Amino acid sequence: MTNGNANDKQTLVALVENRPGVLNRVASLFRRRNFNIDSLTVGRTENPEISRMTIVVDHDAEKVGNQLSKLVNVIEVQEVTDVPNVSRDLALIKVAVESSQARGEIVQLCDIFRAHIVDAGPDAMIIEITGDEQKISSMVELLRPLGIKELVRTGVVTMTRGDHVLAPDEFQMRSVKRTNGHRASVV
Amino acid sequence: MKLTGAEIVLECLIREGVEVMFGYPGGAILPFYDAMTKYPQIHHVLTRHEQGASHMADGYARATGKVGVAVATSGPGATNLVTGIATAMMDSSPIVCITGQVASPAIGSDAFQEVDVTGVTLPITKHSYLVYDVEDLAYIVREAFHIARTGRPGPVLIDIPKDVQNAVTEFEYPEGEIYLPGYKPPQKASAEGIQAALDLIQKAERPVILAGHGVLMSGATKEVIEFAERTQTPIALTLLGKGGVPESHPMSLGMMGMHGTGYANLAIQNADLLLAFGMRFDDRVTGNLKTYAPDAKKIHIDIDASEIHKNVRADVPIVGDLKTVLNQILPALSAVEHREWLAQIRDWMEDADERDIVHQHVTNKLLAAHVIRDMWAATQGNAIVVTDVGQHQMWEAQYYPHERPHTLITSGGLGTMGFGLPAAIGAAMGLKTNNVWCIAGDGGFQMTMSELATAVQERVPVKIAIVNNGYLGMVRQWQEFFYEERYNATPMITPDFVKLADAYGIPARRITQREDVIPAMEWADSVTDGPVLLEFVVEKHDIVYPMVPAGADLHNMIRRPVPSPDGL
Repeated sequence: MTNGNANDKQTLVALVENRPGVLNRVASLFRRRNFNIDSLTVGRTENPEISRMTIVVDHDAEKVGNQLSKLVNVIEVQEVTDVPNVSRDLALIKVAVESSQARGEIVQLCDIFRAHIVDAGPDAMIIEITGDEQKISSMVELLRPLGIKELVRTGVVTMTRGDHVLAPDEFQMRSVKRTNGHRASVV
Repeated sequence: MKLTGAEIVLECLIREGVEVMFGYPGGAILPFYDAMTKYPQIHHVLTRHEQGASHMADGYARATGKVGVAVATSGPGATNLVTGIATAMMDSSPIVCITGQVASPAIGSDAFQEVDVTGVTLPITKHSYLVYDVEDLAYIVREAFHIARTGRPGPVLIDIPKDVQNAVTEFEYPEGEIYLPGYKPPQKASAEGIQAALDLIQKAERPVILAGHGVLMSGATKEVIEFAERTQTPIALTLLGKGGVPESHPMSLGMMGMHGTGYANLAIQNADLLLAFGMRFDDRVTGNLKTYAPDAKKIHIDIDASEIHKNVRADVPIVGDLKTVLNQILPALSAVEHREWLAQIRDWMEDADERDIVHQHVTNKLLAAHVIRDMWAATQGNAIVVTDVGQHQMWEAQYYPHERPHTLITSGGLGTMGFGLPAAIGAAMGLKTNNVWCIAGDGGFQMTMSELATAVQERVPVKIAIVNNGYLGMVRQWQEFFYEERYNATPMITPDFVKLADAYGIPARRITQREDVIPAMEWADSVTDGPVLLEFVVEKHDIVYPMVPAGADLHNMIRRPVPSPDGL
C-alpha cells in the first residue's frame, strides 16, 4: 500500500515560503473557495526558508493546486495522489489500563503494529504509532474496546517514492533581510 | 542617504512612475502625508471618502494601463478601501493600496483605529504586506508594483505601522531583477497545446470567439481581429471585453450573456467550438452551465491557470498571455470560411433588429436607451465612458458601441454601485482629457456623490450624466419579473441634482425631452474647466431586454416584445 487515503481523497504537496502568515493565506484560500481540508500538515524542510505542506482534500486536486499556485508565497505544488508515495501519520493514544490482562493485550498489540509505549502509568499508557492512515485506524479500532481516553493525530505527511524530489526551480536564499515578520540570514 | 520609511516609500513610488495618488489622511498615516510635502512631483488627490480613493485608483489604472495608488489611514480608513479593493480584484485591475497601521508594538492590542487590514483584505487582494522593518520597505514597494501589474493584474496592499514610517535607515534603491520564487506568471503555450487548438479550429463549422477582459489586458486586439477574419469566426464580447475589438467590425456580435444580444447568445448555444480568449465563464455570461453551449468544444486561453476548468471544462486548456499565445497560433492558421454559419447568425440579427428599442417610436417619454444612443451619436463614439452599476450600465453596453480598448470602464465582476463617479475622476485625471463621461443611475450616484467635491477641488473636467428613473431600476426589474411586482425598497427619492450641482459650483442641466439630449451634450462638451452634470429624467418603468434570468438557459431569453404602433 503506497497510499493510505481513501479513493475520494486527494493529496497535494506544497512548498511554501517559511514566513508568518503563509499558513493563514493557505487556510483562508481553502475557506474562501469552500475546499474542505481533510488533513493539513506543515513543517520545515532541509532549507530553512522553505516549509512543506501535505494537504489532503476531498475536492478536485487540480483546482486546489491551481488556486494554491496563485498565492505568491507558494513556491511549488504537486498532486501526488496517483504517484507512488509513502504517507505517514503519527498518533498518540492514551489507553486505559484496567487490569494486568489489559496491559498484556496492549503490549502485544504494540508489538504487532510496531508501535511504541512511550508512557506507562498505573491506570493508563500512551502509545505512539506511525504509519499510513489505515494502519492507525486499525490500531485505534483494536484499542477501542480497552478504553481510549485520549487520542491525537498529526495528520498525513507524504513523500513520493524513487529519486523524484519536489524542489523549487533555481531557489536561492533571499539575499536581504526580509520581514513580514521573518528575518532570514544574509548569505 | 538616510531617509525615513515614509520617504523611502515616496522615493520608490517615483521610481515606479507614480504621478498621482488618491487618498485621505489620518493619524497612522501622518508621517507619510508629512513626507509628501518634500515630493511635490507626486500629486495627491484628497478624496471625500476612502472608497472614492480606491475606485479612483482603479479608474486611473483601467484608463491608463498604469498602476493606480490609493492611500488611507489605519482602522476605518483602511476598511473604507475594501469595496474598491474587491472591485479591482474581481476585474483584475492593478492598484496598490498603502495603509497606515498603528505602531508595531501596539499591533494586536485593539489600539485606537487598529484593524487587521491585511487579514480583512486577504481574500480580495492578489498579495499583501504588513511591514515590520523599515529595511524591507523598498523591496516590498517594488514587489508590490511588480505583482500588481504583471500576470493577471490585481490589487496589492501594503500596511505600514507608524513607527516603520518614522524609522530612519540608509536608502538604496534595490536594482536588479525581482526575485519571487513562488510567482511565475506564464507567457507562452506549449507546442502540444497550440497543435491541439489548431486541430479543433480547422475542424470547426460553427465557431464563436468569446472575447474577454484579457484581450484588453494583453493588448491582443490586432491578433483577435486577424484570427476572426482569417477563420471567419464571429466575436461575442463580455462586458469587460467591450472595446477589445471594434464593435463595428463585421465579425462582432456585441455583448454576450444575461443582457447580451440575442444573436450572440444563440450563436454561443449553437456553436460547435467556443474560443474563450481571456475570459472566465462568469455565471452572468453562461447562464445555466448544464445547458451551456452543449455541442461546443472549448478552447480556453487564460493567463490564470485557476480559471481553466473552474466553471466550464475546457477541451484544450492553454495557460498563457493571450497576445503571446495568439501569435503562436496565427502563423499556422489557414483561412476557413463559414458561409452557412454566418448566414444563420445574420437571420438572428434581423429578428433582434426588429425588436430593438432604438426603432421604437415612443411618444413623449424619454427612454434611457435613447439617451445612451444619443450620447453615442453626440460623442461620435469617441468618449471614454465610465459607468456605475445597474440598468443604465447594461443600456450603455447595448447602445454605446466601443471601437477602442479602455474606452469603457465599468465594474463587472463585483457590480459595485458607487463605482462610476470616483472611477471617472480617476480616469479623467490619468488621461488628462475632458472626454470622460460618467454615466450613473440615481441610485449608485447617491452612494459616492460626495466625490463631486473632489472633482471640483481638482477641477477635473469629468462629464456626469445621471440617468434618473426614481428607482433602483435593475432591482425593480427583478422584482417585476421574479417577485410579483412587489417593489419593496426600490422607489427612491433623489435630491434635485441640478441644485446639488449648483451647491458644489458645478454647471448642470436637467433634460426631460429627447430632442434636448444632443444639445445638452454639446453644451456639456463646451464646459472644460471642471465637472459638468446632466440629469436625464427618464421613463420610470423600463426594462433591460433581452434578459436571461439568473441560472436560466442562455438561449431562453426574455425578449422585448415586437413594438406595436402605439409605442410602449
